[in-house]
Amino acid sequence: MRLSQAWIITRHDMGLFRRKRGILYGLIALPLGVGIGFPLLIGYIVNSAGTGGLESYLPDLVNAFSLWWVIGAAMLPTAIAAYGIVGEKLEKSLEPLLSTPTTDGEILLGKVLAAFIPTMLAVWAGSALYQFLVDLETRGPLGYLLFPSWDMALILFLLAPLACLYAIEFSVIASSRATDARSAQQYASLVFIPLIFLYIAGEIGSFPLNTTNLLIISAGMAALVVGLFFASERLFRREEILTRWK
Amino acid sequence: MIHAEGLTKRFGDITAVDHVSLDVADGEVFGFLGPNGAGKTTMIRMLASLISTTSGTAEVAGCEVGKASDELKLRSLIGILPENVGLYEGTSAYQNLEYFGQLHRVDPATLRSNIERLLRMMDLWEKRDLPVATFSKGMKQKVAVARTLVHDPILLFLDEPTANLDPEAAKMVRDVILELKKEKRTIFLNTHHLDEAQRVCDRVGILRTRLLTVGSVDALRAGSTGKRTKVRLEQASETLVAAVRAKLGGRQVQVSGDQLIVSVDDPDRENPEIAEAVVAAGGRIRELSQLSPSLEEVYLRLIHEGPGAS
Repeated sequence: MRLSQAWIITRHDMGLFRRKRGILYGLIALPLGVGIGFPLLIGYIVNSAGTGGLESYLPDLVNAFSLWWVIGAAMLPTAIAAYGIVGEKLEKSLEPLLSTPTTDGEILLGKVLAAFIPTMLAVWAGSALYQFLVDLETRGPLGYLLFPSWDMALILFLLAPLACLYAIEFSVIASSRATDARSAQQYASLVFIPLIFLYIAGEIGSFPLNTTNLLIISAGMAALVVGLFFASERLFRREEILTRWK
Repeated sequence: MIHAEGLTKRFGDITAVDHVSLDVADGEVFGFLGPNGAGKTTMIRMLASLISTTSGTAEVAGCEVGKASDELKLRSLIGILPENVGLYEGTSAYQNLEYFGQLHRVDPATLRSNIERLLRMMDLWEKRDLPVATFSKGMKQKVAVARTLVHDPILLFLDEPTANLDPEAAKMVRDVILELKKEKRTIFLNTHHLDEAQRVCDRVGILRTRLLTVGSVDALRAGSTGKRTKVRLEQASETLVAAVRAKLGGRQVQVSGDQLIVSVDDPDRENPEIAEAVVAAGGRIRELSQLSPSLEEVYLRLIHEGPGAS
């Protein structure tokens, strides 16, 4: 596997996405919306509640909100990954690409990175804003900074990248069966369902998002990523693409 | 350049290519003719190591087809023009070529000069920065041909390069192929345009899942059944024709104005007999010439009747 060969594909695909306004706006809007919207909501809660009893629920509430960065990391790359593969299917450019001295793994890695890199950059940028604004809102009443924290580091540097890879791999599988980017994205949107359940479980307190639980979720997610990797790798084979993908 | 022995490809119960053996020499333009679904594209994909073979062996540009360690080397030595141009429509002609040159690991300076040379050759240099989406079908096909050449391959596989093009665009592309032929490139051309094959190819093979025949266009026409001798007479009366028919026995004799068209198997042996029969029947011969079947006739006969027709 030559990373430099995969990187040529990544650079090219990222160049294509820059021209797709829908993808670009999605990458900016969601992290910006969550990065500003949630701190505003937290600020409203803090102001409404005054100072009494905030210490007992505010950290858990903020932690639950923080899980949105995992959901975002899974949501954002589906459009890119779906376009990156179904778009090539539609433009019939996969066959020329497969005719180059590039292995299937290098093409797949190039496409995965093209979805992974902008997504994670957007998530990290949005979450930096989120952490800064949440600290601004909560430092006074709590008397200490909620961020940075180990839990948030776990979310941003372990769980969110895993969720992102999970969504991309799922999109690759969906793309192999879909005939247009929109339907590929719709299939891929199924990836959010387990994450939404996690979020709800965190909100109602049945599965608090503490360090241990975050590590357990990460381990489960890593297993999913590995499983889906083998499934997507089996589908993303030259012969499969040329003879079975429609 | 290409040596294939018994190449076969099956998709489940369907046999797409059945025991095809052929050789293509360096610098040769080889045309593969056949109807849709004959297995032409599958053959190219197998030879280019894009799909596996079910059985058989092949060596292309010194690489063993199907050998994992030869796959990348093989694809770096060949250029493939698929049936669909498959260009990135939102990017320019230059960017399309640059991307594929990079994937072929052409060094930047060589790549720049190759792109310029090819786009000038295709008469597209002035339009190099325009998005491909704004190009006509013929121009897009020329960009796709340039993409196939950007890494200077020693062997080209062109799959239906003029399909779906209007006559002017098809001519543009055909001229490019003739230009490449002058450069002594080895070209494997899939087509169902017989006229194109006749004009461009040194040899052709006719495929309908199995390879029905291979040879130069002239050899196929000459070797085919359906040869006829044309006898132009001073005057062809009914009594003369009846007398000639009687003398020539079972041969088929058609009359067209002052001409007799006689079906023959061996012109060298039979033409003197025909001339004698006409003269003996009182006819005066102005011209006697050989009519060979067109490539189209050979093709249609082979496709419909199989290799026994050849």
